Amino acid sequence: MSPPSEVDVLVVGAGPAGLAAATELAGHWNVLVVDRESAAGGIPRHCGHYPFGMRECHRLMRGPDYARALAARAEAAGARFMPNVNVIALHPGPSVTVTADGGVSTIAARRVLLATGVRESSRAQRLIGGTKPGGVMSTGALQGLVYLEGGRPFRRPVILGTELVSFSAIMTCAHAGIHPVAMIEPDTAPTARWPMPLYPRLKGIPLHLSTRLLAIEGRDRVEGVVVEGPAGRQHIETDGVIVSGRFRPEATLLANGPVARDPASGGPAIDATGRCSDPNYYAAGNMLHPVETAGWCWAEGRAVGRAILDDLRGKAPPQDQSQRHPVTLCGDALSWVVPQFLSGDRALDRLQLRVDRPVKGRLSMRVNGREVASRRVQSRPERRILLPMPSQDGPVTIVLEQG
Amino acid sequence: MKGPVHALKGRFDVAIIGAGVVGCAIARRFSLAGARVAVVEKAADILDGASKGNSAILHTGFDAPPGSLEHACIRAGYEEYLAIHDRLGLPVLRCGALVIAWTEEQEAALPALMEKARKNGVTDIEPFSRTRLHETEPALGPAARAAFRVPGESLIDPWAAPFAYLLQAVENGAEVLRGAEVTAARREGDWLLDTTQGEVRAGLVVNAAGNFGDLVDEMLIGRRDFNIRPRKGQFVVYDKPAAALVRHILLPVPTAITKGVVVCRTAFGNLLVGPTAEDQDDRQHAGLDPDKLAALISRGEEIVPALKNHEVTAIYAGLRPATERKDYCITAHEGLSCITVGGIRSTGLSGALGIAQHVERLAGLTLAPAADPVWPSVRNVSEFQSRDWEKPHHGGIVCHCELVTRREIMDALSGPLPARSLAGLKRRTRATMGRCQGFYCTAELSRLTRDHFDQPMSETTE
Repeated sequence: MSPPSEVDVLVVGAGPAGLAAATELAGHWNVLVVDRESAAGGIPRHCGHYPFGMRECHRLMRGPDYARALAARAEAAGARFMPNVNVIALHPGPSVTVTADGGVSTIAARRVLLATGVRESSRAQRLIGGTKPGGVMSTGALQGLVYLEGGRPFRRPVILGTELVSFSAIMTCAHAGIHPVAMIEPDTAPTARWPMPLYPRLKGIPLHLSTRLLAIEGRDRVEGVVVEGPAGRQHIETDGVIVSGRFRPEATLLANGPVARDPASGGPAIDATGRCSDPNYYAAGNMLHPVETAGWCWAEGRAVGRAILDDLRGKAPPQDQSQRHPVTLCGDALSWVVPQFLSGDRALDRLQLRVDRPVKGRLSMRVNGREVASRRVQSRPERRILLPMPSQDGPVTIVLEQG
Repeated sequence: MKGPVHALKGRFDVAIIGAGVVGCAIARRFSLAGARVAVVEKAADILDGASKGNSAILHTGFDAPPGSLEHACIRAGYEEYLAIHDRLGLPVLRCGALVIAWTEEQEAALPALMEKARKNGVTDIEPFSRTRLHETEPALGPAARAAFRVPGESLIDPWAAPFAYLLQAVENGAEVLRGAEVTAARREGDWLLDTTQGEVRAGLVVNAAGNFGDLVDEMLIGRRDFNIRPRKGQFVVYDKPAAALVRHILLPVPTAITKGVVVCRTAFGNLLVGPTAEDQDDRQHAGLDPDKLAALISRGEEIVPALKNHEVTAIYAGLRPATERKDYCITAHEGLSCITVGGIRSTGLSGALGIAQHVERLAGLTLAPAADPVWPSVRNVSEFQSRDWEKPHHGGIVCHCELVTRREIMDALSGPLPARSLAGLKRRTRATMGRCQGFYCTAELSRLTRDHFDQPMSETTE
């Protein structure tokens, strides 16, 4: 079956954000959700563990059940889903070029929602030294192997990182009878908040803080790693490396297209309704902000879906570049903020920020030069930081004073 | 330990040790000349040694030592590649190179380099002023002072080319024994090579063992005429949007020690920065060094400052078989029916077809060339020609970053030279070589390759 050449709303990506938006829109418009994977659900599809669904379904679910529930809900609302469709390019109009088994075609729409999600930073992006044997993989790859294929790629790997996903990697290992031998974190404290860091101790996995992974050893398969920590250099015998976290938006699709990318976040630059630089495009979910929980992405997808409804009903104000006010960051440690612009309407109720190093200090927000909010922060890279969405329009400056 | 399985039956005219780019080109040349050819490779798949990590450039030989065998082989290899690439389905992007001076001293060296290029038969070079240089390559760093252009320098697919050479050899009768390390050799009229997969009998032996060339010579003829000290080159690959930053291959002015850091696009639409040049004793492991990679990245950002805003997709390192000699070490050993093809350093990809011509002449075999040789066409995975995902019934995309189709994967796992390892599959198809490095496609690949690899990607628990 070939993709249709025209729909009202095209949603690219069938994860929690895309499915939530499709559910909102489907009763009113002809909505098509495409995904390059073979089934809907996004990343939760291969997170065969708890906890998912509290916010959306009001009960505790495993990832695959949650993914199926969200997909069923979108379908029941009347959205059409097509798997195995890869979007190759975005065009003004809007329209997109796709490839599917039938070959290359174009889908035109009134509005396009981008919800393509994230991936973890690879070993290459982190410039980890040593050889390139088999058995080095992201948590995502491991989960796919374990939960979708019933595989066990190694027996006693090390885990790099201490984000939420790193603990999810431990759960995945437990499911497949894999026993991690160490958890390695370059920072002085774990990234995920208490009580997650207790978990490896319960599982008997040594947590090495302030420790860098210097080199991976082995030619065909991983044979060991060299780490450097407070006790100096150390060799750990291991047969795999799980390179977890440090998510990046899956947003290369934006290159050379009409949708501007924010170099700081790596995702599209949006306003507070999720609208992109080309006003026919919207974006939601983790491609905006690496990384948030599935529940967060679902809520955001729903909010942006409602904004698209308003837009298509003619309720949204016409886009006027002069009324797009930038949100500016002031302070070295602040790495990105979403949304990047304010332009009248609000669908998102909070600003999201991240820092690139451990920080402690006063975070404040000014609109038109006047302070409208402030609070103390103590945070680390990859941790969520929120500010209330200002109700006034005007240039916004967010200031971090450390100390 | 002798494995009785898979031994090649009968007598071969030529046995080639090593299925790197040089061995593959020689196999093709002898097969087309009508010889019965055997190729023995110790790794599970071809192109697993020096040939797995290079800069993927087809050089004109403009900067080779004048009068050297290396120069002659590159010139001949370049010509032959252009003559045959279409028939084999191999891509070439004739984007040209700019040799760029970044200091006053380097600028002063440009005229002599241009003179050398002309002496080497590369006469279509032209000098570029600072203004023209920056007009031509607007993303270039402000410190670039002047350059000259070498229009013939080109980009090719570094794996498809040798794969096609060997495939053509196989389609014309050659046999390939993989996972077969030569452990001993003796002459009883013919050569008898003991391999870990059984015995191979051949009239002539060609040593194309790359980083192990000197050791294999000792085994074959009891001596070595050169010593290999591998030179490691590390590279950084940027994601595809970075490829729009440059058009030419950006070459530095070489120093006495190294050719320096190159910035160029790749056949797969990425941007490459490298290599380093580090001598080492280890012939097996090409280790990546974070500090050296970080230095490459900052050098890359001096050459093209906008790289600061681009993401790294991959890092890799290759080992070039450097020797104490300045030139290739290609010798036909008198009365021994043995030819050594050693010390093919960084120009093996450009020189391979020329080296093969030279080796065929050295061998002087009297053969009857095939009247109507087979010309197989390989699947294109470069960005310079149309890709499988553009055609119908490709079965869906498996690797999303590199747009590798299910049909491409299944093809690479079958046919006369099927991939036998993930590394081999990656080189044939690009699967997992993109920005996510397997985040999305590992599970699917594990399923598709389950019964095809010597070492499966994952054991199964269910």
